Amino acid sequence: MTAEPQTPADRPMVSIENVSKSYGHRQVLFDIDLAVAAGETVCLIGPSGCGKSTLLRCVNNLEDIDRGLVLVDGSLVGYRVHRGRLRELRENAACRQRTQVGMVFQHFNLFPHMTALENIAFAPVRVLGEDRTAARAHAQELLRSVGLADKADAYPSRLSGGQQQRVAIARALAMRPKVMLFDEPTSALDPELVGEVLNVMRDLAAGGMTMIVVTHEMGFAREVASRVVFMDAGRIVEQGPPHEVLGNPRHERSRAFLSAVLP
Amino acid sequence: MAEQISHPPGVTGAPRLTRQDAVPVRHYGRGVLAVLVVAVVALTAYAFAANPKIEWPVVGEYLFHPDIMAGLMRTLLMTALGMIFSVIGAVVVALMRMSPSRIISSTAAAYIFVFRGIPLILLLIFVGNLGLFMERITIGVPFTGLVLYSSPVQEVLTPFAASVIGLSLAGSGYMAEIVRGGLLAIGRGQRDAAKALGLNSLNTTRFIVLPQALRVIVPPMGNELISMLKATAIVSVIGGGDLLTVAQAISGANYRTIEMLLVAAVWYFAVIAVLTAVQYVLERRIAER
Ligand SMILES: Nc1ncnc2c1ncn2[C@@H]1O[C@H](COP(=O)(O)OP(=O)(O)OP(=O)(O)O)[C@@H](O)[C@H]1O
Ligand SMILES: [Mg+2]
Repeated sequence: MTAEPQTPADRPMVSIENVSKSYGHRQVLFDIDLAVAAGETVCLIGPSGCGKSTLLRCVNNLEDIDRGLVLVDGSLVGYRVHRGRLRELRENAACRQRTQVGMVFQHFNLFPHMTALENIAFAPVRVLGEDRTAARAHAQELLRSVGLADKADAYPSRLSGGQQQRVAIARALAMRPKVMLFDEPTSALDPELVGEVLNVMRDLAAGGMTMIVVTHEMGFAREVASRVVFMDAGRIVEQGPPHEVLGNPRHERSRAFLSAVLP
Repeated sequence: MAEQISHPPGVTGAPRLTRQDAVPVRHYGRGVLAVLVVAVVALTAYAFAANPKIEWPVVGEYLFHPDIMAGLMRTLLMTALGMIFSVIGAVVVALMRMSPSRIISSTAAAYIFVFRGIPLILLLIFVGNLGLFMERITIGVPFTGLVLYSSPVQEVLTPFAASVIGLSLAGSGYMAEIVRGGLLAIGRGQRDAAKALGLNSLNTTRFIVLPQALRVIVPPMGNELISMLKATAIVSVIGGGDLLTVAQAISGANYRTIEMLLVAAVWYFAVIAVLTAVQYVLERRIAER
């Protein structure tokens, strides 16, 4: 490794360049620069309202950005270049692009009118045009990998929070994404259910998935993250290996935040 | 221990208190009211049943009269068509109302405002008399003189057609708000999740939002259907050929006004009883899921 930490030798899997975003008159992201290499697990931490979710949602184009660029695996998110100008993608092209990025939400957002298996197999059939039988077999395999092989026919309302979140992870994986985004995946869970979800994520990281994880689970960040990024008030304040950022924060803001959340 | 807990504080020596021996509150007022209600209902029913001016055999005689049957069929057909067009219209208008385009959403808002605001009887008379100020319905390409279809309003707009159109316009205005309420009841998280999986907005609405919204939409729609059935009686003002129109036409000839109204009422009740039963079963089904 001769390259500096900020610029990995290979093309980054996710590259956020100079991104700013406002809601109305309120600016929530200020010139964010962040590159995530393939296979990296980046944990995004920071106080409530600092813009973590917004940044994550910009990566898969759930939010429009005002300035800057986001690239996933080298291709511009939400735009294409045509005769030297950016052109916004049409809806279907934008949708196709979104399938490269999986997302897991705080409140799971499973489709309540579909069984666990249908939740997982629906988009591959509908969006990617996969064969129905193959998609269901793949879904079953994913359910097994998150430890829920016996819950294929259960509706979400019959599953615990931890089980729902594992189904949600399997649902995102069914699209064979290049990147996975997690927005506080364990914040809505009872404490005893947090572990089962983190275990699935740990396996995923170990398997080489590129992940950006917004989390308040400092133990997970310390153990699994290749890099911890601390945000405050719409800016990246500090980033680095977990033992540095979490163990020996350099900035006032991160020190204050960490002393409040770390036991 | 348990025995002590079941005693109020301070009376530990008193006999054991049990819930079964407790004296419930007596609702004397309710009893009096019930007797009154039964008396009023019985007297009213008696006034009708025993009234010598109402000839009940005539009611029985006309109940299955061929004209009455034809009117009933037309009422049912009108209700069914009105409901189908209303629901389709309501979904379209509700989706337009939620469109990000200001022009489209305010057009939908205006539609809802107009057709919910105007009394049905006025709307029906208006549609029924379109022929007074529009002579021909012409569909063509503007500025080219190319005419695809043209015929006199009076020919196309039969009273039946006018009735169905009027009922559908009013119904879609009302039901659009119900549909919109159902769509809004589905949280943003569901749309986000669908979008993140790469579904476009049409498929998101069709496969994710609408099926869930149906649980909210179907129960009030049952009431709308019953309202629609009753509203068809109003088309008698433009001679829509419905059950009430026919019943009144017969009474015009035989002067049995009350009896013919009762014939119509019996049929409305019969149909509404069936619809209510179906609605009940349907709601139970939905609740089970
Ligand atoms: N749709 C929206 N419209 C207007 N303002 C918004 C919207 N979404 C978020 N915001 C604002 O943007 C800021 C950043 O929100 P964001 O959800 O990204 O924060 P966060 O870091 O994820 O916080 P939390 O830890 O509470 O989830 C907040 O002040 C929030 O109020
Ligand atoms: Mg958030």
